[in-house]
Amino acid sequence: MKPLTTSFRTKAAETMVDEQVLQSLEHVYTGFFKGRLEAAGNTDNWEELRDKGKAIKDHTIAHLDYYLGQLADNVEKNGGSVFFAADAAEARKYVLDLAHARNIKTVIKSKSMVSEEMALAQALIDDGIEAVETDLGEYIIQLSDETPYHLIAPAVHKSRKEVAELLDDNYVEGDPVPDATELTMMAREKLRGVFERADMSVTGVNFAVAESGSITLVTNEGNGRMSTTVPRVHVAVMGMEKIIPSIQDLSTMLRILIRSATGQRISSYVTMVNGPRKSDEEEGPEEFHLVIMDNGRQKLLADEQMRESLNCIRCGACLNACPVYRKVGGHAYGWVYPGPIGAIVTPVLTGLKDAANLPAASSLCGACHDACPVKINMPRMLLELRYRTAEGKTDKDERTSTTRERTVWKAWRIGMMGRKRFDIGARLSRLFLRPMARNGWLKKAPPPISGWTSTRDFPLVSSSSLKARLNKRSKKAKS
Amino acid sequence: MPENTPDSPRPERVTLFASCMVDQLATAVGESTVDVLEHLGIEVKFLDDQTCCGQPAFNSGFRSEALPVAKRFIELFEQVSGPIVVPSGSCAAMVRNYYADLFRVDEKMVMRANRVGERLYELSEFISRFFGTDAITGKLTDTATYHKCCHLLREIGVDEEPLEILSNVEGLQMTPLERADVCCGFGGAFSVKMPDISSAILNEKLDNIEANGSNIVIAADIGCVYQMQGGLRRRGSSVQVVHIAEVLAESIRNSNRAVNSE
Repeated sequence: MKPLTTSFRTKAAETMVDEQVLQSLEHVYTGFFKGRLEAAGNTDNWEELRDKGKAIKDHTIAHLDYYLGQLADNVEKNGGSVFFAADAAEARKYVLDLAHARNIKTVIKSKSMVSEEMALAQALIDDGIEAVETDLGEYIIQLSDETPYHLIAPAVHKSRKEVAELLDDNYVEGDPVPDATELTMMAREKLRGVFERADMSVTGVNFAVAESGSITLVTNEGNGRMSTTVPRVHVAVMGMEKIIPSIQDLSTMLRILIRSATGQRISSYVTMVNGPRKSDEEEGPEEFHLVIMDNGRQKLLADEQMRESLNCIRCGACLNACPVYRKVGGHAYGWVYPGPIGAIVTPVLTGLKDAANLPAASSLCGACHDACPVKINMPRMLLELRYRTAEGKTDKDERTSTTRERTVWKAWRIGMMGRKRFDIGARLSRLFLRPMARNGWLKKAPPPISGWTSTRDFPLVSSSSLKARLNKRSKKAKS
Repeated sequence: MPENTPDSPRPERVTLFASCMVDQLATAVGESTVDVLEHLGIEVKFLDDQTCCGQPAFNSGFRSEALPVAKRFIELFEQVSGPIVVPSGSCAAMVRNYYADLFRVDEKMVMRANRVGERLYELSEFISRFFGTDAITGKLTDTATYHKCCHLLREIGVDEEPLEILSNVEGLQMTPLERADVCCGFGGAFSVKMPDISSAILNEKLDNIEANGSNIVIAADIGCVYQMQGGLRRRGSSVQVVHIAEVLAESIRNSNRAVNSE
């Protein structure tokens, strides 16, 4: 998928005036966010589970080579094939070549963010192969020719009416809008035929278990499980970080993933796939392929300051908690991963220079860090990326700060390095701003404060500093 | 730790770190902080040389500019022993949680920063920790609600303590704020650099404040106070946003006055 990170501010501005989308985004808070809080509250050892989850991921990422090797060996032992793709193009080519070699006509897809990185569905269609998303949200997104808006709820921004226009062939403007169940039945009917004729499936991977060579899928609609059982070829695609050592670990990770994602204790379907159909089995695919994709993740791995982002299990909790995401929406982030985690991984995976606004667009409120099931310190990494764009110390090409910004901060530093300068600077700015103030507040101010006064009044600097006031007080007390 | 069982011994002397914004913009918050601490019988020392902890530049990414300012802060506050109190969760978080990152190539500085950080307390944290949340029993007749400032809540971990402290102010009728723990959109330079997003977040906060119906909003960080007050003023609202130190100081004055007039 081609990154569109440069249009962050324009996309964000569009969303902020779109009442309908903002209303839909409310559900992210009232539904998912509250649901997670409740589920966490009902889990006695919640903090312990989070610590355990973090320890599992820290350990796995620190020994990624080892576990990837073990996973590949075990998938092959189970009769599957493994392909390591250096980037999205390689991964895409592998799937396309395989589809052509097996004379595939129809591919069903279940939800996978990695396949979005690959822009796989469109690539298959461009090659003359029918490719249909079977996750309801993804199906809606495919019909409306968009990209997912949220990690676990790709069509969360769509109103019921918009969905009806996409799914209901008989819907005419002004008709009563069908309810969610009716709409789901319409999608089900359309998708059922596709399932029946599909000869290949592409699924994502929630967790790959190294010790057993199995992959796990967490879904609520059952499409994922059907995708892994009906077609004769099953291809699972995963980012190389989506791995855990053991089945024991899986039980911890599933607990924190599902509660953090939807607030459920367990999702309707948790599917484990251990390779293709064995000779003594009656059902299942004839072939199983696991595509393990890098696509820039080695950059994260090699980057000591950003490595923790590979711990992400894509639950979406940080999006739900994020006040910025809930105002600017998922498309503003311009690539596959929206929200706080997107603001961290997208710049590294697609280029920080173009994506500099993503880490800048944060109040650093820390709600993401608080919500993360594996305690990823996202504010720390947002600050790291700001450091890189401000000063270009890590890579001078990453510097996006303007000369004016650099001058302002240099002047700030000079002002803060001595008490006298600090006081003089404050009194001078008061002298300068005072004619514009009324009752101690400014309605308009020159740059850089003009950004503030565009929407809020700004307080005038005090007539004397606290130091001066306290000194006066102590003199008074002594006399 | 059970409620209202403060750590002992109670400090008799503290050093005040005002923070740059309180020092030059919100001097009343600084004076109120001194009033509150003195009411608790503490002698408050003010280091005349203080300026800023370096957070504004650090948060904007300009670490080369933040670094000498942070180092200056450490050197200054190393000159005194005992607790340091700051009426800001955000500045406390900068020193306690982020100096280690800022100084990361200099192990010695990280250790020095940690030692100062261990002595640095946000005001309501300091009161509840050493004196208990019931230490101040002032008087203030008004209706109020409390906004949970992000850094105090999530970086320092102070959640209910300020509310408990406020519950002991006689006459103060507190109504819980809907989504009290959701950010007000301030975020330092973010509020100036991306005013549209900052204000979109603020507007949700202001809607909840207006729906709450209280006359005053209490918060523990001056940046958040100005963000909310600036937005309310622009809306033409008469709701006042005040720092918790100001509320406590006023309530103490009121009860002293009541005693004096008896």
